[in-house]
Amino acid sequence: MIITNIETVPGKTIVEHYGLVAGNTVRAKHIGRDIMASLKNIVGGELKGYTELLRESRQEAMRRMTEQAEKMGANAVVNVRFATSSITMGAAELYVYGTAVKVE
Amino acid sequence: MSDIIIFLVLLAIGFTTGTIIESAHFKSIRKREKELLGIPVVTLEKANEDDTRIDSVYLATGECVVALDYFKMVLAGLKGIIGGRLGSYETLIDRGRREAVLRMKEKAKKAGCDMIVNMRIETSSIGQNANQKNGFGCVEVVAYGTAIRLKK
Repeated sequence: MIITNIETVPGKTIVEHYGLVAGNTVRAKHIGRDIMASLKNIVGGELKGYTELLRESRQEAMRRMTEQAEKMGANAVVNVRFATSSITMGAAELYVYGTAVKVE
Repeated sequence: MSDIIIFLVLLAIGFTTGTIIESAHFKSIRKREKELLGIPVVTLEKANEDDTRIDSVYLATGECVVALDYFKMVLAGLKGIIGGRLGSYETLIDRGRREAVLRMKEKAKKAGCDMIVNMRIETSSIGQNANQKNGFGCVEVVAYGTAIRLKK
């Protein structure tokens, strides 16, 4: 599965469009991580637990998107965009969407 | 009385360790930026290369969450009363964005890519509720772009 965030796949031509595919996820860490993060907030710096949380949610959202594209018979997703929002504290909300295509 | 002492101790801890961590972080950012100068990152949609020279493409991403220390948070809160530039938040966001871009470039380098096109940066908030303002001051950044590997 080729994923790009530009309109084409360089070096290949698009032969078929399948339309929008998307994946979303809302993930939270356990309370221990939240307490650690608020303690870390006294000294500042990187919050490793939350960075990990963001990575996991991005991977999960992208997995859902590619699964959907595979079901359609696509072999690439182009023009991928990430969007984030905030629903509740301590959770990472990520939405990823793109266009499923077949390239040759 | 004890409340004030705790507050002052937190301020002192925040000030000393926060300053040390921040300057160390900036030092490492500058060092790694110099090392990764070989991989150009552009926000243009097209690579300035012939299509036949391109070997493969993939989506490179990098993410980072950084928080303010207690001292800077109090300072920013006070500054909010009189208005003006909030320097503590400016440096925080700068750190987060540069770190995320660096991580993206590091991943691209590991995969043997030569450049990144159409780089985009997205910020989110984990530490703050959408409806209330008293979350802790932190910024979450996701940087992503299309990494291109050229034929050797």
